[in-house]
Order: sequence, then C-alpha cells, then structure tokens
Amino acid sequence: MEQSTLNFIFIGISFAIYIGIAFKSRATSTKEYYTAGGGVSPLANGMATAADWMSAATFISMAGTLAIGGYDGSRFLMGWTGGFVLLTILMVPYLRKFGKATVPDFIGDRFYSKVARGVAVVCAIFICMTYIMGQMNGVGVVFSQLFGISMTSGVLIGAGIVFLYAGLGGMKGITYTQVAQYCVMAFAYTIPAIFIAIAMTNNFIPQLGFIGEFTQDGTGTPFLEKVNDLNVKLGFSKYTDGSLSTINMFCITAALMCGTAGLPHVIVRFFTVKDVQAVRKSACWTLAFIAVIYLTAPAIGAFSRVNLIQNLHQKKYETAPQWFKDFELTGQMAWVDKNNDGVIQYFGKGKSKAGTSDVFVPTAAAKKPQYPTEDKRGAHGERILVNQIDTSNPNELWFGGDIMIMANPHMGGLPKWAIALLMAGCIAAALSTAAGLLLVLSTSISHDLMKNIVNPNLTDKEEVRYARIAAFVSLLVATYFGINPPSTFIAQTVAFAFGLAASSFFPTLLMGIFWKKLSKEGAIAGMACGIGFTLGYIIYFQFMRGTKEQYLFGIAPAGIGTLGMLINFATAFLVNLVSPPPPLEVQKMVENIHIPSGAGEASDH
Amino acid sequence: MSSTNALKHRQACLYITLAILAIWFLVSLGCSILFRDWMDQNMPQVGNAQFGFWMSQQGSIICFVLLLITYAVLMYRLDSKYGYLDSRHESSDSVDSADSAESAE
Repeated sequence: MEQSTLNFIFIGISFAIYIGIAFKSRATSTKEYYTAGGGVSPLANGMATAADWMSAATFISMAGTLAIGGYDGSRFLMGWTGGFVLLTILMVPYLRKFGKATVPDFIGDRFYSKVARGVAVVCAIFICMTYIMGQMNGVGVVFSQLFGISMTSGVLIGAGIVFLYAGLGGMKGITYTQVAQYCVMAFAYTIPAIFIAIAMTNNFIPQLGFIGEFTQDGTGTPFLEKVNDLNVKLGFSKYTDGSLSTINMFCITAALMCGTAGLPHVIVRFFTVKDVQAVRKSACWTLAFIAVIYLTAPAIGAFSRVNLIQNLHQKKYETAPQWFKDFELTGQMAWVDKNNDGVIQYFGKGKSKAGTSDVFVPTAAAKKPQYPTEDKRGAHGERILVNQIDTSNPNELWFGGDIMIMANPHMGGLPKWAIALLMAGCIAAALSTAAGLLLVLSTSISHDLMKNIVNPNLTDKEEVRYARIAAFVSLLVATYFGINPPSTFIAQTVAFAFGLAASSFFPTLLMGIFWKKLSKEGAIAGMACGIGFTLGYIIYFQFMRGTKEQYLFGIAPAGIGTLGMLINFATAFLVNLVSPPPPLEVQKMVENIHIPSGAGEASDH
Repeated sequence: MSSTNALKHRQACLYITLAILAIWFLVSLGCSILFRDWMDQNMPQVGNAQFGFWMSQQGSIICFVLLLITYAVLMYRLDSKYGYLDSRHESSDSVDSADSAESAE
C-alpha cells in the first residue's frame, strides 16, 4: 500500500474519533462551554491537559531543535516541564479555589478594577495569538508534507478543521477529544523511537540506548561520543555542549518556566476538576503523561542527528534517498551544489573562515528557500533556489528543523504504518493545542471583554455566540501569521508566547495570590510595563532591523521575558508604595484562597 | 482559634512550597546550566552521558515528576491534619469570621 494512502487512513480514523467525540458533547450553556461542566476525573483531565500542553512545538519542533542544538535544546525540555512544577505549587490550587472561569476573571476581581481586567484580556490575547501562530505554522508543515501541497494550503485546511470542533464543542468536547489525542500522540512518538533505538543501539528502550552504545557499525562507541564526533568533524560544536551562552540558556529556560506558570489556556484546564486536592493529583498525572514524551525526545533528537548526517553527507544527490527529494519538493529541505561535485555536503560554522554556515543569505522576507515561479532543475536534478547563495562557507544542505521528527522514521527505514502513525500524532498535537488556545481566546473576548466590561446584560446564548465569532476572527489572524510566522522554528515562535506570559501573568498572578497588599495600580502598572517591554523587544528584533549586537546583556528575544518579569515585579512594587491598599473584602478573599476546602462548583457529568 | 488554624496551615504550606522550589531550582537551572561544568567533572557519569548533560535532558524531568508527587502527598497530609479534607462543606476556617485579626489595619 502506498505511503500516502496509509497516512490518510490513519489520520482519517483519528479524525473520525475526534470529531465524533466533539459532536456528541455539543455544548450549549456557557458553563459547559467554558469549563466542561466541572468534575472531570483527575486522570482524564491529566491526559487532556497533557495533550493540550503538547503542541506542535513539543511534538514536531522539539526533536528537530534537539537534533540541531544538542544540549541547547535542553532549554525547551526543562523550561516546559519545570514550568509545570511552578504552575502546580504556586498557581492552580489557589486559582481553582477562587473558582472563576478565566484568568482575566481572577485578575479583574482580585484587583477590583475593570482596567485590570482589560489589561489582562489584552495580555491573554497577545499570548494566545502568538502561541496559536506557532500551532498553525505546525499544522501547515504537517499538512504540506502530507499532501505534498504548499504551506499556505496546509495552514488553511488545518484552520478549517480546528474551527469545526473547537467552535462546536467548547471545552467539554475538547477535553475528551484531547484524551484520545494524547493516546495517539504517545504511541506516535514512542513507537518510532523504539524501532530506531533498536536499530542504532540494540536497546529497545530509547532512553537507555541514548546513554548506551552505538552498535550499528559494530564498533561499540558510546552513542553520545559518536554524535559528538560527527558534529565536530563537520564543523559543528559538540552535541553535548551546544553553542548558546550561559546567560541565554539561563534566561530562556527561566522565561519558559515562568511563562508556563502564567499561561491562561493551561491554567483554565484545572478548573474542570472537582476540588483543590484533585487539582494537585491532576497536575501529577499531567506531568507524568508529558514526561513520557519529553523523556523520549532527547533520544529521538540524537538518533535523528546521526541518521541525517549518515544518510545525506557526502552522498551523491542522484542516489540520495527518496525522502530527501520528497522533502525538497515541499520546500522543507534544499541543496545548493556550491562546489559543483554533485555530492551533498553538510558543514557547520567551524568549516568556514567566515564563521558562517548559511546555504543562502536569509533576509527578513526570505528566511526559507525561495523558488522561481516555474520550477527549475539544476545539473543533477536538484531544485534551483532564487535566494542569494552564501558563498563564504561550504555548507550545501538546508533543512527546516521542524521536519526532523517526520523525516526520522524515513531516515530510520521504519515501516510505512509507523510513519503514518507519526503523521496522525503530529496533527493531533497541533490541532489539540490550537483548539484549546482558540477557546481561551474566544472566552477572553466574549466573557471577559464583552460581558464583564462592555455589556453585562448579555444572555448566556449571546455570550456563546460572541465566543464563536471571536474564535473565527482569531483563527483568521492566526492563520495569516501561521503562513508568515515571526520565526522559522515553531518552537521559537512559541517561546515568544512564553516570554510574554512570563512578563505579564506569571508575576501578577503570583503577587495576586501571595501578596494581599498589592493594589490594583501596582498590578496594572506591572503587567503593562512587563508585557510592553517584552513585546517591544521581540517585535524590534524579529520584525524590524534589530541585530544581535544590540541585545541587552546579550539576551536573545526568546529569553527577554525573564527581564520583563523582573520589570513587572519592580514596577508593581514601586507603584504599590504610593497607592492605597486593596479593600478589606479583597484581602479576605486572598486569605480565603489559601484554604483548600470549600472550593465549590463541582458538578459531575 | 479557627483563624490561627488557617494561619498555621498556610505557614506550613509555605515551608513545603519553598523547600520544593529550592530543589526544583537546584536540579534544573542549577545542575544543568549554572553548575553544569562542575557537575560534569565531579559527578559520576550516567551510562555514557556526563552528569550535567544527562540532568539537563533526562534527570531534571524525572525530578520534576517526583517533586510534584511529593508535593501532592505532603499537602494531602497537611490538609487532613488541619481538617480541610472534606470539600463538600464550607470550612469553619473561612476567613469571613468577624474575629479575624489579620484584616484589622
């Protein structure tokens, strides 16, 4: 059976399951729409949260980021899991006790002000939008690979499907759909890893093979040593060293961790469990389910790295594997024969006197390969690029980091059904998170903006209708940016969202929960300054002419959220000194949320 | 008094939280980034991987899961010690009681 047919079968089946579940649980009241009617079991909630958590960034992009960055990739591994610990011990038990449906709700009530609520809504919108952009980009990458179509069409098709079941089912449909999606993702991720681990390290447990020996060539070299050697030989830094500065590793990891604890769409997941104790249990389950995949990613990254180099470097283009040419067709891999020898060479910065390794010169408009309107082929059959070729280095191979996870099973020679399963997993990842985000975005607009600020007389039905309209519009915007994202890496785009959350919600929620004397003026000033600074920094360096030399303290935009967070804390503290303290009822409310019982509102379905 | 009960519970909770945060920082930002080189040189290898590197890619994640489980268990015990386990009834330690001393300022 053809690979593409198998792909469609696997994906079709998974889709039928998701849409079926969504349809069966069609939400009508706002309560069901927002928090799945309360009372989901901690285990189910754990799985669903894990699926929501594991977006296209995790599933698709992380393995590639690890393959290319080695140790550097750890910033994502630790950032996204470590942040979860912060979320659990500092945020969600208290917010659950508070009992409202959304984060701007909490901020609006805790800081007794519509302005605070409004600022929170704006922050939520920026965070969710940036995050969704990354997801739609991921959807595009997967669908374009699947159908052999352009990225644009891939994004558009994915957008339609997301809207269908997010809009229809609301939170309830999504919760159970996501349980199904987690299962698909877990299998899709681990099974290829097991196959490759057996092939390369003779160990069916990928994590052990990772620290074991490379047995494929019979030498028994330690696997990590093999990867390191390959990297160094080709002019890259050692896989286990990476190349990011310590300050950037620290700041980016910290921004990801704190951002995690401030993500509105994850926090809201915990409002669907019974009570505060259930929240803690649910969080444990969630992290355990997430860990299944995150512990496998480093092994996949390292295996892919070896596979990529062995399969492509110093291989003639004409006899290169078919998957390479398939990826070339969709613009995810490219080869420029700089030395006219018909052989693919892959080199790092160490091999060029200029210290560069770009195949073509990336410009603001063209970070990816650009092709002529009529496909032209070169002397050996390769696709010709119209980008300006960078002749200062001998590197001839370009590939988008985001295709590594999909290329991996091809590179490892896995059976076709494993590849099809992986595709189904990739789609599950991207769609599940996109749907969750879309929901938070739409509720922020309908519940927090429309009902609580603009028109308190909205009926339930009208609120739900506004939510659906908001979902539609947000999706359009996200789709546009999914096609033209702020960064070529999904993980990088998503990292920006975390930076925004780290500088706005994380500090403000933390202070709101633990410091009852923080006034509304302090909180508003803190949030505004934090997110304003971070957003400005990101836009300047990603969309305008900023260059690396201009970085503050050498911190890249992905890590600036840490600085933005400090700015938020400092501003809030200073402004608080000169503003009146919160009213007594608010202070009592803060004290109340530290009492774990009496959380209220937990209906079973 | 019911309010000192709540206060003691809250303090104990704070201690637990801070202790977990300290370990959290150590195994992630500490072992894997700030002190990584020291760890690589002075701690034993895990399989064929240097300690700092292994912590950054595998060990820290395992620790996080263990930390959360520890947190859930410790908090459960704390909650039961202070009588907060039955969440169906309003706790008598709700701070709405008029004799709460903290709000008098």
